[in-house]
Amino acid sequence: MATVYDRVKNIVIDKLGVDESEVGEDSSFVDNLNADSLDLVELIMAFEEEFSTDEKQVEISDDEAGNIGTIKDAVDYLKGHGITDD
Amino acid sequence: MYSIDLTGKNGVIIGVANDRSIAWGIASILAQAGARLALTYQNDRVKDRVTNLADTLDGAMTMPCDATDDSQVEEVFHQVGENFGEISFLVHSIAFANREDLSGRFSDTSREGFRIALEVSAYTLLPLVRHAAALMPGGGSVVTMTFNASQRVYPGYNIMGTAKAALEHEVRQLAAEHGGQNIRVNAISAGPLDTLSARGIGGFQDMKRQHSATAPLGRNISMDEVAKTALFLCSDLSSGITGSIIPVDAGYHIMAV
Repeated sequence: MATVYDRVKNIVIDKLGVDESEVGEDSSFVDNLNADSLDLVELIMAFEEEFSTDEKQVEISDDEAGNIGTIKDAVDYLKGHGITDD
Repeated sequence: MYSIDLTGKNGVIIGVANDRSIAWGIASILAQAGARLALTYQNDRVKDRVTNLADTLDGAMTMPCDATDDSQVEEVFHQVGENFGEISFLVHSIAFANREDLSGRFSDTSREGFRIALEVSAYTLLPLVRHAAALMPGGGSVVTMTFNASQRVYPGYNIMGTAKAALEHEVRQLAAEHGGQNIRVNAISAGPLDTLSARGIGGFQDMKRQHSATAPLGRNISMDEVAKTALFLCSDLSSGITGSIIPVDAGYHIMAV
């Protein structure tokens, strides 16, 4: 059973190549995890892919993506768009 | 798996940055067809990623290549010559524009923004073809990637439209120049694909939505559809085709509204 938080965290660890111990709910992708602008795009696309299903595509607009700066922001966004913990 | 056999053929792929790169989609399908590949990566930032991807292919080599650096380009083809001897294809799948030039007013494009977009996205094909052609004594195929914004106006695509227009005419001029050596030069004009670079273009998602709604096939295209067209262009199946811009866009380019 994976929570939205766990799934987001795993993507961040994988895509940014950081250690699990560095990553917490309030970790800022840019300030704490050294993401650059391409990394941010990659994270957003990975979130879309991870949380899209055949019935429902997750599509994060450029404006919305601009407001997702931490793991908590991503989790809140996804939960606000109907994604639930398994 | 498609029944095109490139066993014994070698080629160079410029432009793999990550697993969403069009160049990677093309590399995968060419490797599946049996070709041996040299992949280049632009800088240390993407080195590990490209090396890890290349490790999943049989016998692929990786080398650094900033295509705007003449000495690096020369070194790539020197090494390819040493390791592979001859090559039969080159895939050019790189483009760049400053982020600020991919939104806002086209007429605000700076001189430097214009220069770098045209240099990376269009000029680089010339030295790459020059070096590649020297390793193609038996003929070969060059494939580059373009986009319909070379012909029509896509708000936000701005300077990249100009760069793609330049690139497409280079395809024709290079095709004319190299036809006598049986080296074919073509471009694939792909519909919008979810690459990291594409997501950097302002309004890209709206562009995709409009594309799928307007295209005769009623959908967007997949990476695999672009890759298998590249496979066709790199193989003898396309032996009579050169100087062409081949749309892989679900037919979008024929529609007016």
